[in-house]
Amino acid sequence: MQELLLSYLPILIFLALVVGMSVVFMAASYFAAEQKPDTAKLVGYECGFTPFADARSQFDVRFYLVALLFIIFDLEVAFLFPWAITLGDLGAFGFWSMFVFLLILTVGFVYEWKKGALEWE
Amino acid sequence: MDSLWSGYVIPGLLILAQILAVLLPVMIAVAFVVYFERKVLAWMALRRGPNIVGPWGLMQSFADFLKVFLKETIIPTGANKVVFLAAPLVTFILSMVAWAVIPFGPGLVVADINVGILFLFAISSLGVYGIIMAGWASNSRYPFLGALRSSAQMVSYEVSMGFVIVTVLLCVGSLNLSAIVEAQRGLWFAIPLFPMFVIFFISALAETNRHPFDLPEAESELVAGYMVEYSSVPFVLFFLGEYANMMLMSAMTAVLFLGGWLPPLDIAPFNWIPGPIWLTAKIVLLLFVFIWVRATFPRYRYDQLMRLGWKVFLPASLLWVVITAGALVAFDWFPK
Repeated sequence: MQELLLSYLPILIFLALVVGMSVVFMAASYFAAEQKPDTAKLVGYECGFTPFADARSQFDVRFYLVALLFIIFDLEVAFLFPWAITLGDLGAFGFWSMFVFLLILTVGFVYEWKKGALEWE
Repeated sequence: MDSLWSGYVIPGLLILAQILAVLLPVMIAVAFVVYFERKVLAWMALRRGPNIVGPWGLMQSFADFLKVFLKETIIPTGANKVVFLAAPLVTFILSMVAWAVIPFGPGLVVADINVGILFLFAISSLGVYGIIMAGWASNSRYPFLGALRSSAQMVSYEVSMGFVIVTVLLCVGSLNLSAIVEAQRGLWFAIPLFPMFVIFFISALAETNRHPFDLPEAESELVAGYMVEYSSVPFVLFFLGEYANMMLMSAMTAVLFLGGWLPPLDIAPFNWIPGPIWLTAKIVLLLFVFIWVRATFPRYRYDQLMRLGWKVFLPASLLWVVITAGALVAFDWFPK
């Protein structure tokens, strides 16, 4: 266990180093450059117009749908990872059980395709 | 006292030295990738490209950096300040931290963790957060729309990328990146898994929001997408992060499909050249293709992009997972 955790230590140090470096970068520029804010600069960019409403308005529901589909398929990939590296030990049984699992998923995929969830006109 | 030195300080310094040996070249390389891109694009358009700053314009990126560094950091009044400033940090940090697991040669890796590819996959998935945070926190229309498009595009292509990685893992039987490279001794996976190689590379283009999938930044309609409100160093961090991600994706493609640090043929003149140079050469080659694509292809429409991701790549890679697994089981070709 100790060994396993120790192999992640360099990543932690790496992370700390990069975080420190980028924060220093940002702060250094903030103090090095002249800061002269005024309303025209600080207003949201809208091709020269003053924005007249909050930008966080309604958006197309399909983005939400894509996110949902992504979760399903990404979970499936997460299931496939351990299966993929142990398939040598599982043999034909492992292959067919995953085949059935993928088949069920494909049924769902075909359904959503036919339903038009993947259409963007 | 003695054990403090030999037990903690010296190994700590050693790790730090290893990290700097990866981090500094990567950061300097990013500057030259920007220059390389401008130069290659210029040559392809029969122009000269940057040629004033330094010999052949080599110092152009550093001059640009200094210029942007001394600009005012603008934080819009409507923005959520903390999230607004955290977004470029997230993008940049993630694009750098992933380099910790890339093997540059046998044993030449900062953190040789046994789930290396999973780590890379996780880091590249987290990349969406930087963009969506930027788009939401800016509280401006263009960044908001850009971030929505960008995140939908990234998650769509990530799915097929995941399946492609699974096909490679089937042929390796390990999640360790060094093991993945070693498994390609003799035959690079780009040959038996050629369709997957192509899908992976195209997905990498989409993941990094590069041409021809650069809709989030489509200048003619969204100005610069999620980056509109950024200036000075926050903008630089996005910019560096994007190019570092491009390099990272090239490195991933090289490790997964082009044999990482291995020479193309294990014979005399080739195996004299050390591994890191081979890996660098492969990364540069793939980066050249990234730029070549940018110079050649027109931009995709959003519906075409989504169709390619969900209706072509996803079924194709899913099918290829089944075919690969089936072939491995049927002919008993499992890696020993």
